[in-house]
Amino acid sequence: MSGRVRAAVAAVRDPEIRVLSIEELGILRDVRVGPGGEAVVTITPTYLGCPALDAIRDDIIAAAHGAGVTEVEIITSLSPPWSTDWLSEAARAKLSAAGIAPPVPELPLPPSARLLPLVRTAARCPRCGSPDTEEIARTGSTACKALLRCRACREPFEHVKAH
Amino acid sequence: MKDLSAYALQLGDDALIAAQRMSEWCARAPQIEEDAALANIALDLLGQARELLTYAGEVEGLGRDEDALAYLREEHEFRNVQLVELPNGDFAVTIAKLLFFGAYQHLLYARLATAADTTLAGVAAKAAKETAYHIDHAVTWTLRLGDGTAESHRRMQAAVDEVWPFTHELFEPHPARAAESNWSAPVEPGALREPWLALVEPVLAEATLRRPQDGWAPTGGRRGIHTEHLSLLLAEMQSVHRAHAGASW
Repeated sequence: MSGRVRAAVAAVRDPEIRVLSIEELGILRDVRVGPGGEAVVTITPTYLGCPALDAIRDDIIAAAHGAGVTEVEIITSLSPPWSTDWLSEAARAKLSAAGIAPPVPELPLPPSARLLPLVRTAARCPRCGSPDTEEIARTGSTACKALLRCRACREPFEHVKAH
Repeated sequence: MKDLSAYALQLGDDALIAAQRMSEWCARAPQIEEDAALANIALDLLGQARELLTYAGEVEGLGRDEDALAYLREEHEFRNVQLVELPNGDFAVTIAKLLFFGAYQHLLYARLATAADTTLAGVAAKAAKETAYHIDHAVTWTLRLGDGTAESHRRMQAAVDEVWPFTHELFEPHPARAAESNWSAPVEPGALREPWLALVEPVLAEATLRRPQDGWAPTGGRRGIHTEHLSLLLAEMQSVHRAHAGASW
């Protein structure tokens, strides 16, 4: 029972980045099933104001019910704060395959050096692999993605920002 | 607990009113990319406000949730600084407000992330990462406008001059401390002024903007004294909830 519920909940897709599950994205932190068949699911938001969270909660409840759970409690935990560092290599590969450039680790700079000069880490084009890319907009279709363009193949693409 | 609740409330009110103001740009920004950026910044601020107001209500223990605090308080019960309630003005004023307030919030949250209070620390750790992007956005525009055309420079300088006096209130001592309560704020606002200047001054210099003289320092927000602009903002924000109590979609 427990394994089936866990698998069902872990397979829930992120509503905004459909190629990844909430487990691959690091949103799902824990699934526990009690003796009475009730489940406690712990999730963490990518951003505090992430508008997808309500949809994710609904999908988790539906998935758990589908796996035979009677009652589902969802706990939202903020600590430790979600980080794009939690994305696995497999998840990063899925993003690239979907035309979304995965996050590039931030340069290790002291906070005081962060503002000036502005430090930008270039993402590689997910289509042709060129590192010669430019930012069109820091915020794209969702808060967690930026819009970039490849100077080599001219293809615009989305990029999950390091967070 | 009263002091802790009041502290969470004032942080939450800052974020809530800033979010409401910023959201006014939605569908009105100068470019579609900017529209998405400002709306997302507003959303981040709203997310912070929801967590902080929920916590303020829990600690208060009177059964008030985030909605009760956001929608059912009167103007004099809000504890936000006046800076966040100022009208958006032209785009330069909005950017000046975001630069000054975002830098303050970022420094505050970075310190609050190590506070003993685990709820405040958890919210702050998330919000510190978000506000880093807000400052980044504000800095980009400040440089572009300040060091841009003669007209953009003139407007950006006017915006910085207009908003600067309202930044002093950000660094006033927390009222609980002023009242000689033995509770002290996890982050003393006054300690943020020096690091804030160290962040903001080089940006202004790089943008060829003059750092305004310190002088007039309007105040009162933390005690519920606000500019005339807050009441209009609240009327718009609260009217639907008050007209249709309990409605949701």
